[in-house]
Amino acid sequence: MEGERRASQAPSSGLPAGGADGESPGGGAPFPGSSGSSAVLQAEVLDLDEDEDDLEVFSKDASLMDMNSFSPMMPTSPLSMINQIKFEDESDLKDLFITVDEPESHVTTIETFITYRIITKTSRGEFDSSEFEVRRRYQDFLWLKGKLEEAHPTLIIPPLPEKFIVKGMVERFNDDFIETRRKALHKFLNRIADHPTLTFNEDFKIFLTAQAWELSSHKKQGPGLLSRMGQTVRAVASSMRGVKNRPEEFMEMNNFIELFSQKINLIDKISQRIYKEEREYFDEMKEYGPIHILWSASEEDLVDTLKDVASCIDRCCKATEKRMSGLSEALLPVVHEYVLYSEMLMGVMKRRDQIQAELDSKVEALTYKKADTDLLPEEIGKLEDKVECANNALKADWERWKQNMQNDIKLAFTDMAEENIHYYEQCLATWESFLTSQTNLHLEEASEDKP
Amino acid sequence: MEQAPPDPERQLQPAPLEPLGSPDAGLGAAVGKEAEGAGEESSGVDTMTHNNFWLKKIEISVSEAEKRTGRNAMNMQETYTAYLIETRSVEHTDGQSVLTDSLWRRYSEFELLRSYLLVYYPHIVVPPLPEKRAEFVWHKLSADNMDPDFVERRRIGLENFLLRIASHPILCRDKIFYLFLTQEGNWKETVNETGFQLKADSRLKALNATFRVKNPDKRFTDLKHYSDELQSVISHLLRVRARVADRLYGVYKVHGNYGRVFSEWSAIEKEMGDGLQSAGHHMDVYASSIDDILEDEEHYADQLKEYLFYAEALRAVCRKHELMQYDLEMAAQDLASKKQQCEELVTGTVRTFSLKGMTTKLFGQETPEQREARIKVLEEQINEGEQQLKSKNLEGREFVKNAWADIERFKEQKNRDLKEALISYAVMQISMCKKSLTLSPRLECNGMISAHYNLRLPCSSNSTSSSRVAGITGVCHHA
Repeated sequence: MEGERRASQAPSSGLPAGGADGESPGGGAPFPGSSGSSAVLQAEVLDLDEDEDDLEVFSKDASLMDMNSFSPMMPTSPLSMINQIKFEDESDLKDLFITVDEPESHVTTIETFITYRIITKTSRGEFDSSEFEVRRRYQDFLWLKGKLEEAHPTLIIPPLPEKFIVKGMVERFNDDFIETRRKALHKFLNRIADHPTLTFNEDFKIFLTAQAWELSSHKKQGPGLLSRMGQTVRAVASSMRGVKNRPEEFMEMNNFIELFSQKINLIDKISQRIYKEEREYFDEMKEYGPIHILWSASEEDLVDTLKDVASCIDRCCKATEKRMSGLSEALLPVVHEYVLYSEMLMGVMKRRDQIQAELDSKVEALTYKKADTDLLPEEIGKLEDKVECANNALKADWERWKQNMQNDIKLAFTDMAEENIHYYEQCLATWESFLTSQTNLHLEEASEDKP
Repeated sequence: MEQAPPDPERQLQPAPLEPLGSPDAGLGAAVGKEAEGAGEESSGVDTMTHNNFWLKKIEISVSEAEKRTGRNAMNMQETYTAYLIETRSVEHTDGQSVLTDSLWRRYSEFELLRSYLLVYYPHIVVPPLPEKRAEFVWHKLSADNMDPDFVERRRIGLENFLLRIASHPILCRDKIFYLFLTQEGNWKETVNETGFQLKADSRLKALNATFRVKNPDKRFTDLKHYSDELQSVISHLLRVRARVADRLYGVYKVHGNYGRVFSEWSAIEKEMGDGLQSAGHHMDVYASSIDDILEDEEHYADQLKEYLFYAEALRAVCRKHELMQYDLEMAAQDLASKKQQCEELVTGTVRTFSLKGMTTKLFGQETPEQREARIKVLEEQINEGEQQLKSKNLEGREFVKNAWADIERFKEQKNRDLKEALISYAVMQISMCKKSLTLSPRLECNGMISAHYNLRLPCSSNSTSSSRVAGITGVCHHA
């Protein structure tokens, strides 16, 4: 079983060998780190030969695989499907635990910003230690996201919380905003950690472990601003040409994404509205109970009844508060995350289209002999591979994403339904006990049948 | 006189036919349009005492409301609502009822009846009418007098008004009231002929008395304070309740928005589709459940409103007492001053700064004959005055005694009714919670079952769909 699992999560050759999962005895066991050919590693590690067909993958030219060799591991065999799913579900396989907490404000002459403490616990070999603590600010997260997108243009990178929310912000850093952001950042990092490919990304590792100065010097490496701009221009230009031959499945995907985006945005709005209405209901209810107490002051015979009613109302009030907080903790962040995801998805589709557009333009050039055609066939070959890899990467990640999405949404709404149930059960109990106390008091016919 | 407390189940029924609270004799004979609760018709018969002989004989109901147009006093076209009052006489033994009278009256005639009763029974806490205009209205409710919901609630209120009078030991014997129920034409003329408007105390006089009275019965002063407090606290309660109802309405209705989005979404989802559909459906049902819930609550609000208006009736009795007391004090004062005048004349003493003193100084002393004449007049007046004082005193004491008896009766009624209202409020809350609970578990079920299926079998929607359907339509038993 172990071997199969390792095979199915086979990382790219550029990354530390994927064997570094929790199964290896004594976490720090040294693996032949970033060996050039993971094929060698695979051979060493595999005890069973059931997945020999999977080895074929590694013969492809690494440079065109855009560092994502998960793509060839299409879950075509039932076995690998089960593996994939088991890998997702069983959290005891998790070997990377990340928490984001302790937001702190830093004031410098130029600016004020917040840093968050990030604690990483891991048993993976490629990490120098088993525990790390660093402080990062939002900009650093942005950098990480950019790097991930660069490295894996057609993978679905988790979304970051928004830079700022224009509406309703009194000050830039009020407590609610910071807390919401902290939770979202926590989610962000954990989603990356759970992603079969992204979890092994080098920049991710550096993000989690490097000290502040290390990180800033690392950030400075990498393609300069000008070259990045050049890339963007080319990308925009190619996307302007439009995608003529988007394959059927990606058309479907695109349609789904558009509809999903619409729906999830609506759900986000509705959920926010419900929260607002519940809050206003709660505010009014708070006033309602005390009036009965006030009244009881002038009524001798009704004192007890009125006081009891007041206390029932107060208890229901508290239950409402709990329901509200359940909503804001379980449902709202999840829905909002998927709103951001839907934007991410559109970006991913665009990038995929760009890659295809590059290929298409070269093919066009070849067909119409627009430019120097000697090198073209070779280039085209490479681009074709690139397109295939990109498509496969996206397809696989898409399935995974959809699965997660369905689970998350279901869970969120189930939680909300449960909160509602608890709320009503509590209110019911409160009023029923009031009724029984009233009827007991007067020894009236106690046949309170409850239909 | 034991009142059987109303069955809580009766309160739950949406048919707004029961009298609000329980009028004295537990009369539940509200035979209404929908004729539910018909079993209560003969309950009135059992608990009769000699005080409520009316109820042995009749049942009263305001059974219908009708929109009418006509010409008003200024000969202008107007629309108004007329209410059908039906009176049935109940045969003792078999509880069968026979329709004896039925006539139509409009709200202004009810007002006339009440004004009449206020004048002729100032020592009675006269039952109030339902509100003239819709107040404490929240968002969805209409403030329009012609609104069918408002008319319906008013119909119930008017019926309650008549039942309260009919069950009052003293008011039920009034002839005008009897005619109100039985004589359709000419009733207004009959009432006006009593000249009651002239007998009414002027408001100004009453206000004056309130300020100037020196020794009102302490109980009445306390009662006035109590009625002020009652009015203020119930108004406050009703205001907040209206706001709470508004917000609750909002919460439920916004949930309904999920319904449409879910069903649109389900169109593109293969695996989650069914779950989304039924979740959407449940949201819709949940959202629409609030309408009935809040309609029930309006009846609760009406019960409270009745006592809000009763506060004014209490104050009216207090005012009457103050007026009488003031009258008494003035008469006593007048008498005392006359006696003193007489004494002065007799003894010949003149106080320097009295009018007599002045006039004496100015005009000289009067002749003995004049003086004798004056003394005689004064003595007559004093006699008259003393008689008057005696009778006023008697009147006053009678009034206080009777009024206080009625107030005690009222207090008991109020305590019963308010307690019942509060209990019915609890019952309403319970029903609302239960209703909402029956909707929610299925939501949970769907989510959990579908989620389960999708975790185990990631593709092949065919095999899962049938079992999912079974899961959805099956009954989920959650503890």
